[in-house]
Amino acid sequence: MNTQDLAAVRGIIQSNRRWDLFFAAAGLLALLVGVLAFVTLFGQMVMNGWERLNPEFFMSFPSRRAANAGILSAWVGSLLVMLVTAVSAVPLGVAAGVYLEEYAPKNLVTDIIEINVTNLAGVPSIVYGLLALGVFVYVFGFGQSILTAGLTLGLLILPVIIVATRESLRAIPVHVREGAYGCGATQWQVVRDHLVPYSTPGIMTGVIIGLSRAIGETAPIITIGALTFIAFLPPSPITDTAPFVNFDWLWSGFTVMPIQMFNWTSRPEEAFQQNAAAAGFILVFMTLMMNAIAIWLRYRLRKSISW
Amino acid sequence: MAKTEQDLPLKAETRDFNFHYGAFHALKNVNLPVVEKRVTALIGPSGCGKSTLLRSFNRMHDLYPGNRYDGAIVFHPDNTNIVDPKVDPIEVRMRIGMVFQKPNPFPKSIYENVAYGLRVRGERSQSAIDGRVESALRGASLWNEVKDRLDKPATALSGGQQQRLCIARCLATDPELLLFDEPTSALDPIATSNIEELITELRERVTILIVTHNMQQAARVSDYTAYMYIGELVEYGVTDDLFMRPKKKETEDYITGRFG
Repeated sequence: MNTQDLAAVRGIIQSNRRWDLFFAAAGLLALLVGVLAFVTLFGQMVMNGWERLNPEFFMSFPSRRAANAGILSAWVGSLLVMLVTAVSAVPLGVAAGVYLEEYAPKNLVTDIIEINVTNLAGVPSIVYGLLALGVFVYVFGFGQSILTAGLTLGLLILPVIIVATRESLRAIPVHVREGAYGCGATQWQVVRDHLVPYSTPGIMTGVIIGLSRAIGETAPIITIGALTFIAFLPPSPITDTAPFVNFDWLWSGFTVMPIQMFNWTSRPEEAFQQNAAAAGFILVFMTLMMNAIAIWLRYRLRKSISW
Repeated sequence: MAKTEQDLPLKAETRDFNFHYGAFHALKNVNLPVVEKRVTALIGPSGCGKSTLLRSFNRMHDLYPGNRYDGAIVFHPDNTNIVDPKVDPIEVRMRIGMVFQKPNPFPKSIYENVAYGLRVRGERSQSAIDGRVESALRGASLWNEVKDRLDKPATALSGGQQQRLCIARCLATDPELLLFDEPTSALDPIATSNIEELITELRERVTILIVTHNMQQAARVSDYTAYMYIGELVEYGVTDDLFMRPKKKETEDYITGRFG
């Protein structure tokens, strides 16, 4: 190759490189749209609500006067609803996932069920609210309670947990499964001693992602008729007399963080907008923390499980 | 190496055994004796059905739909037909251990790996399990390397150690027959020779059926060898005879490296 040709080749390479640069710039811009949107939203909430973020805000009930209003009943309500959601959705979701992946015969009925589960994840959340209003509130007579809300959100995140369970089960290598069967284990022993323990990191991640979706849900909770102004706490789950636990709280009226926010944003006074921003910040923070825990758990547990 | 030994007791034998993966006829009228307390090797080119045959012995194919056994694999001394649908595959797997191609320890502690077979059998006594775990690990020549770290994860062991752990996992429950599915194909030469040495030692206490695509390995560790080709058992005999004086032309072509 003579010098002239070499110069020509270099020219071509350089003009080809221009597209690299172009795409890198375009890609970065595309990424920034998402990042900036979040930063702006979050930043605005922090700026608006910053003065309200003090211990009193957490420990006060809502009030007609914005400066006295707090989120005590909302965060306690969110916490208790999440508890019911987790307790109802995790066993159901894991059992359904294990059944579909391990036990279900491969036939048309199973295929239809699978399609159903996938579609369930795409049902708008307000539809779950309508279902819950009909079934939990009226048919079962659970009322507009923490139990109803928890079960509703449990249904909502059930597909997430089922899918997470199935995906983690599928990630277990065939030779590990066969090794367990080779020891003379029955299917149930394989599931209990191997498959479920080894897929725990993936299931936990799915559960937390489901819960972080559920904690921000507003529509279904409004549909079942949750109260927006709650100046009391549900009865304590723990008591000082035997048997030390109390389930009356399940039947209690409640409010949750997003509803409290919704309520405040609909007020005309500026001061309530501040409260809403502060509550929004806490809600986003709670969600981010849950995602962080999911990542950490996945990392911790994955380290102990390798093939 | 074994001399020509006649009328040795059999641990198992396949009788006109056929196997189908759906529509694919993978094994055709296989008649293979497995002599008790000896090592029988299955050799042959890839896809000849040697692993399929081995996996039939512990009903591994039952885990997947669409597979069908025909004929019999008779297990002595009780003359149970292993592949009879009326025979519980779990019972078969409790009597017949299997070591896989890729070491497959469970992501649990070394101790729990070896103890698993006992736990499945409902053994509750801690001291009994301790004793069996130790003797199994000794039997697999692994005890000295791991005795101080039984509670450490098994997956942290080297490949060769993992494979010996898998052997110990089988030994803990005293199997009558031990199946090896190309146990050294994922291992380095030193680990391979350790496993081969171990197989030679184990021959004293348990019947062994081993699949290998390494002919030298078959010649080194086995007493009997069966050569398989496209689902059929071409030739079976005492290992030395089969390698030195093959009766069939196809066997000779394969072992002299002219094909395969």
